[in-house]
Amino acid sequence: MKYQAFLIKYAEIGIKGKNRHLFEEALVRQMKIALKPCEGDFAIHRTYGRVFVECLSDYDYEEVTDALQHVFGISGICPVVELPVIPIDELREETARYMKEAYPYEKQTFKVHARRMNKEYPVESMEVNAELGNAILEACPNLSVDVHDPDIMVNVEIREKIYLYSIILPGPGGLPVGVGGKAMLLLSGGIDSPVAGYMIAKRGVKLDAVYYNAPPYTSERALQKVVDLASQVAAYTGPIWLHNINFTEIQLYIYEKCPHDELTIIMRRFMMRIAERLAKEAECLGLITGESIGQVASQTLTALGVTNEVCTLPVFRPLIGFDKEEIIKVSKKIGTYETSILPYEDCCTIFVAKHPVTKPKLDVIKRHERNLEEKIDEMVERAIATDEIMIVDKNGARIIKEREGTLQV
Amino acid sequence: MREIYLDNSATTQCFPEVAERMRRVLTEEYGNPSSMHHKGVEAEKIVSASRHTLAQILKVKDSEIIFTSCGTESDNLAIIGGALASCRRGKHLITTRIEHPAVLESMKYLESQGYEVTYLPVDKDGLVEPAAVEEAVRGDTILVSIMHTNNEIGAVEPVAEIGRRIKAKNPNTLFHVDAVQGFGKARIYPAKMGIDLLAVSAHKIHGPKGMGFLYKSQKVRLVNLIYGGGQQNGLRSGTENVAGIAGMAMAADMLYRDFDGETAKIRGLKNAFLEEVERFNEELTSKGEEPLIVNGRTGDDSAPHIISLTVPGVRAEVLLHALEDKGIYVSSGSACSSNRPHPSQTLQAIGLPRPYWDNTIRISLSGLNTKEDIAETAAALREIVPFLRRYTRH
Repeated sequence: MKYQAFLIKYAEIGIKGKNRHLFEEALVRQMKIALKPCEGDFAIHRTYGRVFVECLSDYDYEEVTDALQHVFGISGICPVVELPVIPIDELREETARYMKEAYPYEKQTFKVHARRMNKEYPVESMEVNAELGNAILEACPNLSVDVHDPDIMVNVEIREKIYLYSIILPGPGGLPVGVGGKAMLLLSGGIDSPVAGYMIAKRGVKLDAVYYNAPPYTSERALQKVVDLASQVAAYTGPIWLHNINFTEIQLYIYEKCPHDELTIIMRRFMMRIAERLAKEAECLGLITGESIGQVASQTLTALGVTNEVCTLPVFRPLIGFDKEEIIKVSKKIGTYETSILPYEDCCTIFVAKHPVTKPKLDVIKRHERNLEEKIDEMVERAIATDEIMIVDKNGARIIKEREGTLQV
Repeated sequence: MREIYLDNSATTQCFPEVAERMRRVLTEEYGNPSSMHHKGVEAEKIVSASRHTLAQILKVKDSEIIFTSCGTESDNLAIIGGALASCRRGKHLITTRIEHPAVLESMKYLESQGYEVTYLPVDKDGLVEPAAVEEAVRGDTILVSIMHTNNEIGAVEPVAEIGRRIKAKNPNTLFHVDAVQGFGKARIYPAKMGIDLLAVSAHKIHGPKGMGFLYKSQKVRLVNLIYGGGQQNGLRSGTENVAGIAGMAMAADMLYRDFDGETAKIRGLKNAFLEEVERFNEELTSKGEEPLIVNGRTGDDSAPHIISLTVPGVRAEVLLHALEDKGIYVSSGSACSSNRPHPSQTLQAIGLPRPYWDNTIRISLSGLNTKEDIAETAAALREIVPFLRRYTRH
């Protein structure tokens, strides 16, 4: 079947009142970015209060629909057959041919929904419904009519051309990236943080990300894994600026000066502090983490509170009420799972105590952090100075700021 | 930063002369050896001359060299091809617990096809007892596969004696030797040693990746695993990798031309490193700290280029990356294992205590290393090990 266009459905943009055109423009922008690497020429129109992709040349159907299915804001994609304004008997033939090809075997019910915007067309909508319904029934013995709850809604729009469509491919939903500002994702090599980034980006938020590595305890492959994850998320969100911070010195210092069962929580507080610094510099409006209540010791409500205390920016935790299974389900859907389970060690797991505190007390933690007073500020500055920045998109990464002087152990 | 490459059992730097020779073959003498015209004949001559060079090194016939794409393919062809060809005589094979996955996985495949495999243990130095091999050989044993040099600890197996004993007990049993780590570092004469099949890889001897060969005694029948145009007597179809073949032969020739000098040099470096370890150990023990452990044998009866070093209390991966920071490249256990998180078979098989499995690095040398490399590496270890020991996981 050859489709000459795609009708784009978007659920939520429709209800945004006067700001609607802003959202639609953002959507069109994101669609253009998504379609750019695809073979063929496309024009994207906003007409009749809808977004329409017109295919101006030959194209690869799988490639184009896959690209569009990665654009947040799209709730559905309808491949459309475009016909000239033809008499009803020819339209009957074309519709029957289309239905036969699109639904060859399976027993399903359908309903024809014709709209005649072009009033010069001599047959009225109700009649068109009846004519086409009959034609389909004659041509497709596996299909029957159900006007109340059909499996297939056969849409026929008669305008300056006739548009015929019935298939709706699901889009990712959400809002187009960029309408919701920007936030900084704390990205690790695990399963959760890429999913958290995906979920916030889905609400129209552009992502920056920060990764903490700890050479020689973590390897170049661990970094590559995180870059790969960012790249997979970027397939939905567009390019992500990824900050790679060398955290070794801070981590070892905490290990030396603070009780080991508090290591993770204190470490996380410093990660949040640095992330917030970077976020503010990059004009991000919040931080994003993959935390979920009770998943590990550092994610109990008490621990989350203690971690949160160092930030003034809001911290978004979209997975907070998710079970691991639910998180894994999303990570499989967005394609990050297989990368997340690669075995390279992250800096979070290097010095984990056997029994980390689950109910840290803020005043105790603060008192122990005072053990770090002597050197921690300069270490934080040094860590921020190590910032290596790369722009990661779905095809890979490009370093835009090299790491300045590796920290020597 | 100066690069010190001590991971030569994973792969070696291609000799520049070899790379240059290959460039010429690829861009000038690029014919297909099967073509009738001059370009084809020219390429065929390169293949024949290379075959001759390799055959001379092993003191075997030219026709007994089969070119393959790598050591793994050579092992597969020898073991699976050998087992399929001999399946009517029996279905029993013998190997050891410390073989390379190219051998072990081939054996596993054969087990799934109804063959029976005996896995022999090794002693604390990684050596197989020849008498145990002989004892395991039965009337229906079709093939024994034992490596020449172990890739993780550098144990050199007594293949000549094993070959003799196998043939004495059952002359029909084929003896395959995986010589991927041994070729280039030892003199190997298959015909004299009772070896019927011998697998070699080019990139471990300063040749190109994607190239290997299998020595196959003319008395042995194999079933081919690759089907196609019937090149190499049908045993390995596919247009010959002429550049790779030329490169492999040239690299082998360079290594064996001054074999004694080259080997003595590498062993000298190994001994120098072992002395450094000993001195470091004296310091450590005097401070009451746990000394480093060198696994397996270390004398002339060990591989000249491989050192397996256990650093108690320090995770190999971390030590590896810390050395890497100083431009020194080593391997944790065996480099092939970095795809698989589970512990090394060899370290388990030699009875190294469990906590040490994760504390063991491998240093593997080549003739391109220098005394300075060794001194700098030893100095780096002295600096890094005490540092890393300060921060151990609890």
